[in-house]
Amino acid sequence: MMYFSRLKAAAILGVCLFGLLLSLPNVLPAPVSWLPWRTVHLGLDLKGGSYLLMEVDMRAVVKERLDSLVDAVRQALRPGAIFYQTVEAQLDQNRVLLRLRDPAKTDAALAALGPLVQRDGPNNAADLDIETASDGAITLTLSPVALNARASAAVQQSIEIVRRRIDETGVVDPQITRQGDSRIVVQLPGIEDPNRIKQLLGKTAHMTFRLVDETANANAGASPPPGVEFLQMPDERGGKIAVRKRVDVDGGDLTDARAGTNGQTGEWVVNFKFNSNGARRFADITRANVNHRFAVVLDDKVITAPVIREPITTGSGQISGSFTANSANDLAVLLRAGALPAPLTVVEERTIGPELGADSIRAGAISLLAGFLVVIAFMAFFYGLFGWFANLCLIVNLVLMLALMSLLEATLTLPGMAGILLTLGMAVDANILINERIREEQRRGRPPLAALEHGFQRAYATIFDSNAATFLSHVMLFVFGSGPVKGFAVTITIGIATSMFTAWMLTRLLVSQWYVTVRPKLLPV
Amino acid sequence: MFIKPKMRLAPDNTTFKFMNGRIAGLVVSAILSTASVVLFFTPGLNLGIDFSGGIVMEVRTDGPADFQKIRGALAGEHIPDQGVQRFGDDSTVLIRLPTQPTEAGTQIAVSKVRSALESSIQGAKIVRVDAVGASVSSELFRNGLYALGISLLMILAYIWFRFEWQFAVGAVVTLILDVTKAIGFLALTRIEFDLVMVAAILTILGYSTNDKVVVYDRVRENLRKYKVMPLRDLIDLSINETLNRTLGTSMTVFLACLPLAVFGGASISGFAWVMLFGIVVGTSSSIFIAAPILLFLGEKRLRRDTVAVEAPEASAVPRP
Repeated sequence: MMYFSRLKAAAILGVCLFGLLLSLPNVLPAPVSWLPWRTVHLGLDLKGGSYLLMEVDMRAVVKERLDSLVDAVRQALRPGAIFYQTVEAQLDQNRVLLRLRDPAKTDAALAALGPLVQRDGPNNAADLDIETASDGAITLTLSPVALNARASAAVQQSIEIVRRRIDETGVVDPQITRQGDSRIVVQLPGIEDPNRIKQLLGKTAHMTFRLVDETANANAGASPPPGVEFLQMPDERGGKIAVRKRVDVDGGDLTDARAGTNGQTGEWVVNFKFNSNGARRFADITRANVNHRFAVVLDDKVITAPVIREPITTGSGQISGSFTANSANDLAVLLRAGALPAPLTVVEERTIGPELGADSIRAGAISLLAGFLVVIAFMAFFYGLFGWFANLCLIVNLVLMLALMSLLEATLTLPGMAGILLTLGMAVDANILINERIREEQRRGRPPLAALEHGFQRAYATIFDSNAATFLSHVMLFVFGSGPVKGFAVTITIGIATSMFTAWMLTRLLVSQWYVTVRPKLLPV
Repeated sequence: MFIKPKMRLAPDNTTFKFMNGRIAGLVVSAILSTASVVLFFTPGLNLGIDFSGGIVMEVRTDGPADFQKIRGALAGEHIPDQGVQRFGDDSTVLIRLPTQPTEAGTQIAVSKVRSALESSIQGAKIVRVDAVGASVSSELFRNGLYALGISLLMILAYIWFRFEWQFAVGAVVTLILDVTKAIGFLALTRIEFDLVMVAAILTILGYSTNDKVVVYDRVRENLRKYKVMPLRDLIDLSINETLNRTLGTSMTVFLACLPLAVFGGASISGFAWVMLFGIVVGTSSSIFIAAPILLFLGEKRLRRDTVAVEAPEASAVPRP
């Protein structure tokens, strides 16, 4: 127990030195760029910044899928001249309901709908279940597997778009991660007022170019004719305009969008460019509809609806519509980044200004230092030399914690600092257990070496049992906690691990070296 | 100072009859825990926004804050008067808004308060915004409860595995009593109950388990060593033997936490005070609750294989 081979002693010291090396990056700048220079990250509560938890509107994802399914059903039935009474999306049941005019054509309809089913899920699972009810209605239900896959893809795609939009704003080091099934965490270091970013992320920015139905009357009270909807115009009078539902060119075909000013009027505009597909369709539409109005629709609001003066064949154009410099810029950013597959809502926001973060760091550091000094004084006072062994281990423990946290690139939060302080107490507990046990064994009349042997051995069982229970409960905290609390659990779990090492290995090594050198008749515990 | 210890926390070979106080300990604990449960319902916990949902904004002003003016500026936002409070020092103000009907409403409210303050109060700076929607807050609360419940189960399972079931039950019952007292303390002091407090309670749980395991470990060892000693004396002996360690550890953790309570700043000192309370409760419950429960549960069962000979002490020959 008290004997250490050269190799073992070297290994223990090696771990301590390696820990020291790993924790260096936190206090020194990287000397050369190729060295892995990992440091502990400061949490937003210490550094200042904004944390946004956003939820992807899954209902919208399902709705969009059902709407397109309705269109697909209509198109599938058209060639066979199968007429239907109703075809509607039922959002709550995740299905489309179809009633045929002539029940005798059910089989023909089923045959026509067959190709809509796609087997692209895992194990070739179908994404649609087509069933006939006893009353002759046909239902097309989205399978849960396909829905999940779609939802998952929507979140993934949203993360990508969110990242592009935020990158455009010039925030340094944003972190965008997925949380759970339908949420996205956006962390913005150094952002004191996340309003602009919230606004940018709050729009799906789905842009469409559609023809205006000039014959329809969009006055209040009138209901729109089939295939047409009344959309809000941007002007103050709050007028509405009749726009065809059919999308002529989709914003997804844009390749670029930039804010600029119109050379003649000096007003702010957004210049855009289409890819080849978009350019061709844009050219066709404008050629066929000269002198008709063409609406630019963003998220169900008409931005502008100019009259087409001449065919636009270059594949680029200009949107003007009472923009300011800011709003033109934001629209350009949104168009460049692309549309979100579903709306995002902020469900949690935590913003901390940098000065409050600095205050927290100061408060944390003072408490940490004070607690550290108190513990060191306590151990020296009550345990003398063996207390100093413990104190040395405590310092090494702190270094090792820092090293492990840097290696894992863990995040240090204010509760995390409290966790470090608590770990100091826990680490000292291991040494107190050892010292008390050695003292007890010596008082029972064992000679020094035997007292050390037994003291360490017996104390070890206790240290292990008591720490294991704490360790388990903090792993739970890490799994179920969130944000700063997770940081707390991380520091405690790491601290327990390192304190087991220092108490069990390093203290024993120190004591054994001391014993070999001094050979005392009586242990000063 | 450097070689010899200056003094001992408790003298060696104490022979306190702790188990004489077992009834008193249990009764006092029962009363405190019952009172805590009552406090939990009336007045209840002061739920922070993590769990209640809503908005909290911390505002700093140049010089002492003019509450009249701030309340005036926010009059249009339907914030009740008590929603504007002093926080920590004179130039820091905390503004609270209740949960808004929709998530979007929450965001609108945040930006309205922000612009109202920044336009009408010279030098006002919003240094913190916490806005938690209703769905998130109930989720956070549920997760907090899960963490607590699963932690207790893990501790129960672990002690059961390493000891006997009497130890596990004794520890977990004591832990539950400890946690109720901590909740009573929170209700009484009106310290805000938020996620950080869940962490505090879990830490108390961990610390308290630690303490119980040390005493139980000694009981287990002594059970093997002294085969005929009555359980009651054996528990007393075990507590006395570990007394220096128990006091030493709780004192160091207590002392390490004290600076946090004093210098930790408004946001972390609540955590530290709960910890300090928990350390005192956790330490005393090891002696006055966990041990008596073990005595009651184990009086017959832990001694069923009593042998009438004093077992020789475990081998005392040191290995080379």
